Amino acid sequence: MRFPKEYKYTQDHEWARVEGKTVTVGITDHAQSSLGDVVFLELPKVGRTLKKGEAFGVVESVKAVSDLYSPVDGKVIEVHSDLVDDPGTINKEPHDGGWLVKIELTSADGAAHLMDAAAYEKLVASL
Amino acid sequence: MLKRTALFDEHVRLGGRMVDFGGWELPVQYTGIIDEHLACRGAAGLFDVSHMGEFHVEGPSAAAFLDFAVTNHVSKTAVGQAQYNVLCHPSGGIVDDLVIYRRADDRFLVVVNASNTDKDFKHFQGLLNDNRSRFSGLKLENHSAEYTQIAVQGPKAEAILQKLTETRLSDIKTYRFAEGKVCGSITAILARTGYTGEDGFEVYCPWKDGPTVWKALIEAGTPMGLKPCGLGARDTLRTEMKYPLYGHELADETNPLEAGLGWVVKFDKGDFVGRGPLEKIKAAGPARKLVGLEVLDRGIPRQGYRVLTADGREALGVLTSGTQSPSLKKAIGIAYVRADHAAAGTDVSVEIRGTPVKAKIVPTPFVNQKK
Repeated sequence: MRFPKEYKYTQDHEWARVEGKTVTVGITDHAQSSLGDVVFLELPKVGRTLKKGEAFGVVESVKAVSDLYSPVDGKVIEVHSDLVDDPGTINKEPHDGGWLVKIELTSADGAAHLMDAAAYEKLVASL
Repeated sequence: MLKRTALFDEHVRLGGRMVDFGGWELPVQYTGIIDEHLACRGAAGLFDVSHMGEFHVEGPSAAAFLDFAVTNHVSKTAVGQAQYNVLCHPSGGIVDDLVIYRRADDRFLVVVNASNTDKDFKHFQGLLNDNRSRFSGLKLENHSAEYTQIAVQGPKAEAILQKLTETRLSDIKTYRFAEGKVCGSITAILARTGYTGEDGFEVYCPWKDGPTVWKALIEAGTPMGLKPCGLGARDTLRTEMKYPLYGHELADETNPLEAGLGWVVKFDKGDFVGRGPLEKIKAAGPARKLVGLEVLDRGIPRQGYRVLTADGREALGVLTSGTQSPSLKKAIGIAYVRADHAAAGTDVSVEIRGTPVKAKIVPTPFVNQKK
């Protein structure tokens, strides 16, 4: 199980890579492993405004359906739409090739509320 | 405390992801559902199904008792034959579906769903207690804890199992079985039955011998492409065949005629539990029917989703199972729909997260259709 140090994490098992005002979002290695083979993905449209914790899409494996939650307040500025045709990439490269959306931060709080890798690893270990 | 089969340590060793399945700790997958599913369709899959319940029904009145208890004509089976059956409430609702193996004229093995084992056994006991004089000398016993049941399924299943036994497997026809030995001296029932739509066998052996048989099958089968398969692949394999699963397609409130199991309800035998109500349903035609459907736009149908008319305005029924078919790479589902919309080719829609998505009723099984 990988927990990249430079990423931030949510309790809903999303990761966030923060670069200035842009936050790239995906699901964690733990999330993809729990889901199993990902076969379906539903992503939001560019321009949609999201609140922290708001569902912005759906990921489905053969067995399970899971909502995707925004880690931050912001606006969707880019969507990884190619992934919809090849959602299995999420299993293979959850932390890079499997990124889902890029969100532009709108709140002053930014991403400060998110967990660091050590805290998230501890959370996963407790499950 | 979850129950474990004799093969628990083997599953852990093979990297199985263990989950709670009706009180049993069993692997949902090892390498991945799609990988395991395709291995079973292409070569062979190995399944631990020891959680299933096994009853012995024995005595001179055993066949008559089973004819009374279940819907199919048990007394017509030959020794060495297995028969698919439905156990009904007096209302015609389904207690369980099960397979009955005739081991002798007066000796039957009844195999039931794991989660229904206690319910089914009480049901059989109740029938016997209410009809003691009619079925005198009948022995009804729950031996579930004594059997390991392993399914080896797929086009290579016979070749793999043959390496473990001197019983000539090619002599065993579909839904027939033989009693023989595996791995030298282990007594086993070798049945050409299964739940995947592939050719294959279910092997019943003593509980404690499970690991020996399992390991021997892994060893014999791996070079031929066999993979251990978890509950996830078992579910997608049976869904592609539209085989019903209790708790999904079958329930106390559903009857075998609407479930498409009329072929195992034999009205040309004597009285049986549920006969009256089932006769009425047959005469009137079931109000809803179990169908297969394919989603044509983006989305995967799931149990509990509603089936609507093509324009999305009227409710037609409900999904009982659904998945992305690993073999067809299409989103497929099984649903109860109003009988007037049940014909193959009918355009419908499935309500996925509040939106009607285009779908069509299709012929089933989804795969392995006879040419």
